[in-house]
Formats: sequence, C-alpha cells, structure tokens
Amino acid sequence: MASSFTRSALDHELQSIRDDVLRLGSLVEEQTERAVRALKDRDIDLARQVVAVDERVNQLRYKIEEQCLTTIARQQPAAADLRLIVASMHMAVEMERMADHAAGIGSVVIRMGHEPLLKPLIDIPRMQVTCCEMLHQAMEAYITGDVALARAVVKRDEEVDQLYNQVLRELITYMIGDPRTTPRATYLLWVAHNLERTADRVTNLCERIQFAVTGELGDLAPEEDEN
Amino acid sequence: MTDTNTLVSIAAKQTGSDHKQSAGPNTLTAKMRVDNLSVFYGSFRAVADVTLPIYDRRITAIIGPSGCGKSTLLRSLNRMNELVPSARVEGHIALDGDDIYASTVDPVLVRRRVGMVFQKPNPFPKSIHENIAYGIRLYNPRMPRSELDDRVVHSLKRAALWDEVKDKLKQSAYALSGGQQQRLCIARTIAVEPEVVLMDEPCSALDPLATLKIEELMQELKQDYTIVIVTHNMQQAARVSDHTAMMMMRPDRAGEMIEFDDTQVIFTKPKDKRTEDYVSGRFG
Repeated sequence: MASSFTRSALDHELQSIRDDVLRLGSLVEEQTERAVRALKDRDIDLARQVVAVDERVNQLRYKIEEQCLTTIARQQPAAADLRLIVASMHMAVEMERMADHAAGIGSVVIRMGHEPLLKPLIDIPRMQVTCCEMLHQAMEAYITGDVALARAVVKRDEEVDQLYNQVLRELITYMIGDPRTTPRATYLLWVAHNLERTADRVTNLCERIQFAVTGELGDLAPEEDEN
Repeated sequence: MTDTNTLVSIAAKQTGSDHKQSAGPNTLTAKMRVDNLSVFYGSFRAVADVTLPIYDRRITAIIGPSGCGKSTLLRSLNRMNELVPSARVEGHIALDGDDIYASTVDPVLVRRRVGMVFQKPNPFPKSIHENIAYGIRLYNPRMPRSELDDRVVHSLKRAALWDEVKDKLKQSAYALSGGQQQRLCIARTIAVEPEVVLMDEPCSALDPLATLKIEELMQELKQDYTIVIVTHNMQQAARVSDHTAMMMMRPDRAGEMIEFDDTQVIFTKPKDKRTEDYVSGRFG
C-alpha cells in the first residue's frame, strides 16, 4: 500500500521562499509608511533613507527569484508546490515595484525641500494606512492560503481609489483657483498616484495568491455581500 | 515597420515551429476506448472498472505507484495479458469502435495493430536487419526482397536509428548500445505498421541521453501513431504526454483510475488530492 511521506528538502526550500516573500512584504510595508511619514513630517533625511533602502528591496527580490529558479531546477516541483513557487516569483516582482512607488514618494519629498505644503494632509495618510493594511492582510492570506481573505483585500482597493479621486478633485480645484499652486499640487498628486498604484499592485498579489491556492488565473473579483 | 505577422513568421522560423493550433479537447477522436474494464488473475482483481479514452495520434501516459495495475491495464490494450494463465477481463476495449475481446477477433491481429515496446530492450539474437525483417515476414511471407529491404530502411529511419546502423545492418543487434537496442525494438514494432504503440517503461533501463532520444522519437512518432506509455518517471510523463491517467491501488489491492485529464492539468492543478500528492512526490 502506498504511504504518505514528506519531501524535507523541497519543504525546506519552499519555507525559505515563503519567509523571504514575507520579509519583502514587511519591508515594502515599512517603506510605504516611512515615505508618507517623511512627507507628513517634512523629514528629508527620512525620505533619503527610503530611497536608499530601495536597493535592499531590489536585492531581496532577486534573491527570491533565484531561490525559485533553483528550487524548480533541483526539486522539479509540480502542482501546488509549483504554483506556490511561480506565484511567489510574480509576487516578488510586484512588491519590488510597490517599493519603487514608496521610493518615488521619497524622491518627491526630497524635491519639495522645505516648501510649505499646499494643504493639510488628510486623505493621503489614509491612503497609506489602507495600502499598508491591505498588504499586511495579503501576506496573511499568502501564508494561510486564505482565498476569501485575498478577495476581501481586493475589495478594499475601492477605498483607495475613492480617496485618490477625492485628492485629485481637491487638487484640481486648487490649480484652477490659482495656477501658481500647480507645482505644489503636482507634488501631492504624484504621491497620491503612487499610493493608488500600490493598492492596485496589492490586488495583483491577491490574484497570485488565488492562483497558488486554486490554480485559477485571472481577476479576483470581490465577492458579493453575503447576507 | 515590421508588422506582427512578419514577427510571428520570423519567430516560427527561428524556433522551427509552424504555429499550428493544437487540436482542442473537442476535436480529439478516441482511437481506443476502455469501458468499465476489470482485469483478474484468478480470483484476484488487478484492475477495477477503468474507463478511459485513448486519443488518436496523441501520447497518453499512465502513471501511479508500484502495484497499481498500470502495466496490467497497458497489456490488456493488445490482449497481451491473455498470455498469463488464469487472466481474464470484464468490460470492453474498443479499437476504432470494434471490441478487441470479441470472440471472433484474432488476438494476433490485435497485436499487429497495437504493438508493444517493453521495459528492457529485447532484440532477437540476430542481425539488425533481421530483427526488423522478421516481423514483416511474419505478416507478409511473400513480400519481395526489395520491398522488404525498403521497409527495413524506412523503419530504421522512422526510429531515428538509420544513420547509426546503416553500415552495419548485418551485425548482431547485441552489438548496439542499450539506447540503440531500444530504438531498434521501436523500429521492429513500427515495421509491421501498427496503429497504436504501447510502451511499458521504455526508458527505465536507459541513461538520460538515450532517454531523451526516445522521448524525441515519441514526439515524431505521434504524428502517425497513437502512443500509450506507462512510466514511473513523472517528469517523463510531464515532458512527453498529452494526456495522463493516474492510477492508485484500492484497499482491496485492485488498481483503479482516479483521474484522467490533459497532462498540463494533472501536473499543475490536479483535481484529486491523491494525484496532487503523487505528482508532487509526496506519495509513493
């Protein structure tokens, strides 16, 4: 009679990939939070750190990709193991780009220098908090294989989109009212746009999580409200 | 400016592909159909209730742990299992719609239409030429010598062996390497122009390079033949086959087929947890 057994070498490599994906997620979350904090506090040193740390993010992404390739070549995984590896590779690329958005915000803060903010920051910090919560939950869904949670995260993208539209409308009214505000309004628009893209990329992560768990590729539409 | 079609044709030239659309599942025709097949050795049921299509000019792999009835199922496809005393079958196997176990059917003719290649290369202790000519003469005793020679050459070319043996056709087949002997056996099998070729772990006695040659050859042969392969090597099944049947042993030790699907599905998102465990190497 056939019996179950484990593949300890493969399991060890998969665990190592999972750990590094989590590390990358945590780093990206931290970068996004620090970038917006640098804007709020007008802390140029912190913004410079965010830009500098981006290189560490890139290195971690390449490390994950290499680990995935090595595991495929050496262990010849199939089915769920293979899907997890392929999903992790895509997620690493996606998260590296999310970190680019954070570094982009850092660059905007450096460029703004000590010029006063056009308006008090209200929605941009909210966007950042929602993005970071979404990323955190996506990482939880990745580790637990929870597709329902991934779907719930995707639904939160609407919150970020609404906040972005609100910021956009408000900044346009400033620019129409006084065209001299355009450069300062544009800085904030860039920041908001980076955050909006970050949330979009979290939804891409969730689609990869769905693929790893179920094998289905494609949009992960939010579930209809349950009664 | 280069348009997309031009780029596609350049890519096709570089890769040697003609970008033909592969036939989708709806356009497949079954060369053979196994329907509710059970195979018994005396009172022991070795294979239980297998229903399976064997698609025309495709490669179907049968995989599963040792003792799950893969080889028994394979041998039942050309009535080879009848050579084992006390073996009997229940259910049906159709070749082009006709029951191969019908009382009016000659098993020798079934085996001519459904040939077999075995695990270990088993050339006859004769010359390379004679190994191929023997089977042809068996079915066509009055074939003229020149036509016979042409068939031998054609079979050796078809089995990708001609270039290596064309200068030593009179030499003993035993002088060939293991991989060459196995290709000789494939040449011998296709020399009698079968429609289906059964392969029972054809590479298990071969080194990796010889294995790759046989796998390449299988891709060539499927243009003209329907191939069924039993293999323990899951990577081989994943590499060469179009469809995969997964078998397991039931608690009463009878082999059953638990899943059949496109090979791509079996190795990326199988439906049955036992298939998942087996193809990912967590079950053996």
